[in-house]
Amino acid sequence: MIESILNNPDFVIIAVGTLVGIASSIVGSFLVLRKASMLSDAMSHSILLGIVAVYFLTGNQNSPFFLIGAAAVGVLTVVLTESLAQTKRVNYDAAIGLVYPFLFAIAVLLINIFVRNVHIDVDAALLGEIGLSWLDTQQLFGIEVPSSLIKMTIITVLNLAFVGLFYKELKLATFDSGLAATLGFRPGILYYALLSLTSLTAVAAFDAVGAILVVAFIIVPPAAAYLLTDKLFNMLAIGSVIAFLSSLLGYGSAVLLDVSISGMMALWTGVFFTLCLLFSPSYGLIAQSFRFKQQKVVNAQRTLLIHLFHHEDDENREEENALPALQSHLRWTAANSREIVMDCLDDGLITKQADSDQLFLTEKGRIWAREVLEPWQHS
Amino acid sequence: MDALISFLTDFNVRNVVFGAALLGISSGVLGSFAVLRRQSLLGDTLAHASLPGVCLAFLIVGARQALPTMLGALVVGSIAAFTVLLIIRRSRLKTDAAQGVVLSTFFALGIVLLTYIGNQNNAGQAGLESFLLGQAASIMPSDVQLMFYITLIACGLVLVMWKAFKVISFDPGFAASLGIPVLTFELLMTAMVALAIVIGLQLVGVVLMASMLIAPAVAARQWVKSLELMVLLAALFGMLAGVGGAILSALRSGFATGPLIVICASIIVMVSLFFAPERGLLWAAIARRRNNINLRTQQVLTDMYHIAEEHNDANYPIEIGMVNSLYGMRLDSVMAGLEKQGWLRYDKHMPEEGRHVVLTTNGYQEAERILRDMVKRD
Repeated sequence: MIESILNNPDFVIIAVGTLVGIASSIVGSFLVLRKASMLSDAMSHSILLGIVAVYFLTGNQNSPFFLIGAAAVGVLTVVLTESLAQTKRVNYDAAIGLVYPFLFAIAVLLINIFVRNVHIDVDAALLGEIGLSWLDTQQLFGIEVPSSLIKMTIITVLNLAFVGLFYKELKLATFDSGLAATLGFRPGILYYALLSLTSLTAVAAFDAVGAILVVAFIIVPPAAAYLLTDKLFNMLAIGSVIAFLSSLLGYGSAVLLDVSISGMMALWTGVFFTLCLLFSPSYGLIAQSFRFKQQKVVNAQRTLLIHLFHHEDDENREEENALPALQSHLRWTAANSREIVMDCLDDGLITKQADSDQLFLTEKGRIWAREVLEPWQHS
Repeated sequence: MDALISFLTDFNVRNVVFGAALLGISSGVLGSFAVLRRQSLLGDTLAHASLPGVCLAFLIVGARQALPTMLGALVVGSIAAFTVLLIIRRSRLKTDAAQGVVLSTFFALGIVLLTYIGNQNNAGQAGLESFLLGQAASIMPSDVQLMFYITLIACGLVLVMWKAFKVISFDPGFAASLGIPVLTFELLMTAMVALAIVIGLQLVGVVLMASMLIAPAVAARQWVKSLELMVLLAALFGMLAGVGGAILSALRSGFATGPLIVICASIIVMVSLFFAPERGLLWAAIARRRNNINLRTQQVLTDMYHIAEEHNDANYPIEIGMVNSLYGMRLDSVMAGLEKQGWLRYDKHMPEEGRHVVLTTNGYQEAERILRDMVKRD
């Protein structure tokens, strides 16, 4: 029963995709918050060199040594980038763009020279082959289990454990690394531990989703989640949910259209990101532009109220606090002033006789005006 | 020699070399502005993101042709750039996340389209994958011609808009105060980065294109200070890397050209970083070392002066072993340096004792001068 589920291709592909997604977006959340997202792009490219190098040295693609060795090259990329930036000769982003293409180019060249017939294929390395993830199995407690499922489960548990154990420290180091350092938490070591896990995740996810698409899983779900929430825990949770849904929908639509599965999964993360970007109630573009318009109306209302308040006891009251004055003195268009007067009438801020153009403040309108003019009395 | 000449006049090799030279020139020139505006990784983003453009062009035209491919890449690259700008300006995400999101999702779309095309069983689809890492062998003379015209247009645009580009690259706020439409020019400069990428797609592919935009500019920046010289030198370095990589790859069949060009460019960067006059890391390291030695020498000299003063004897012989133990290290080389300057001389000593030194009159005066300068500086 369990065995048949664990060897059902549909289940395995979706499960591997989900695990890659969750493992990636958990570490990715911290990279996005630390404004270091592009480091994951750099690492995921240059681990190809690690994979090639370890393959040459050991000739074996399945040992844990392989994972660690390749991940080390990912971390090396970061070390090289940071030390290049520290010379002050090169900007940080330029340093990223110098280091990883160099390492990647060496990797491609090595493959060109030495392994033309061996099955490290650059295209496969870049694109991954999650569709085959259920084929390669091994015995676990007497049950045949796909290796990629085991591998990604271990990595996911590792990432969850790391973030769970060091949650407070990571939070502090991410949002205030200066304070974390003063309190003796060594944010640098935490950061490198995080980057090491990111690199390890990228290596493990390599044969499933490929070097470039793993970047989608590291960056996009956390970025989408960041548009929805201000809480770190929620960001991790929402990112994981998006990763799961993307795997599910990605697999379904890929089968339907007969196209790349991992590509479709990554594309779905992009769909969710677009949805969040547009419709997030707190930070979405639509909510923003709505709030912007609303703020414009409130500002115009306040301007009108303050104008009326100023001239309430004026000798020119009749001329100033009348409809025509809004056009001649405040330079509003006729349509605009009519609209704002209507808004103020609706909100009960002013009153107006039906047959006259005179405007009067209500008590509420007076309070609004004073709130702006005398903020110290209303704070 | 004959072999070399026949090699260089080989039709295919000449094509690739010309193409690579053009790529180097255009990406050197356009990359300079991107690097100065701290938008190095925008090129990386646009290069990855232009993949769906390549595929769409193929789907529309139905065959792999240079001009539609370049147009597709240019249009989709520009859309990607616009999306990055939109995300940065209108959401709470920062540049890095915006670039990462656009890079990976556009690339994913490209991969999906690639596999979709692959399933169509169209004979002309062969080699679309080569846009990932480039494929120099597939370059035709007509492609090189096209690259030439695009390079010409790009360089012409840079010349015409030189002043605006320069001001915006160094101080966009000031440019705005001069009444220059900064946003328009920034969009134009971004579109030109997309243009440079388009030129390089066939040769180095989308993955390694970032390096071609960044490396020549960064290398050139080490040698010169003015923008004029930097752009020229970046073009030269780009051309060198392109030609070097193309020739190296032609030496043995099966060598991908793109990675070799990138490695050449990286080597130029390394040489520049270490050996460029003034900014070179090597000179900085030498200067630091010399400084350290000077400081140590001055320290030892003034300490010996103080010892002599303590004993009210300008010719007081000091045992080197004692000074060594004071510093916790052997100071033989420092002493030798001091002697060479004529600031101390070795003195006679009892056979069972270690070597002794005595300050010379010059050394005594030098120590006084150093101490006086120190007081002045305070």
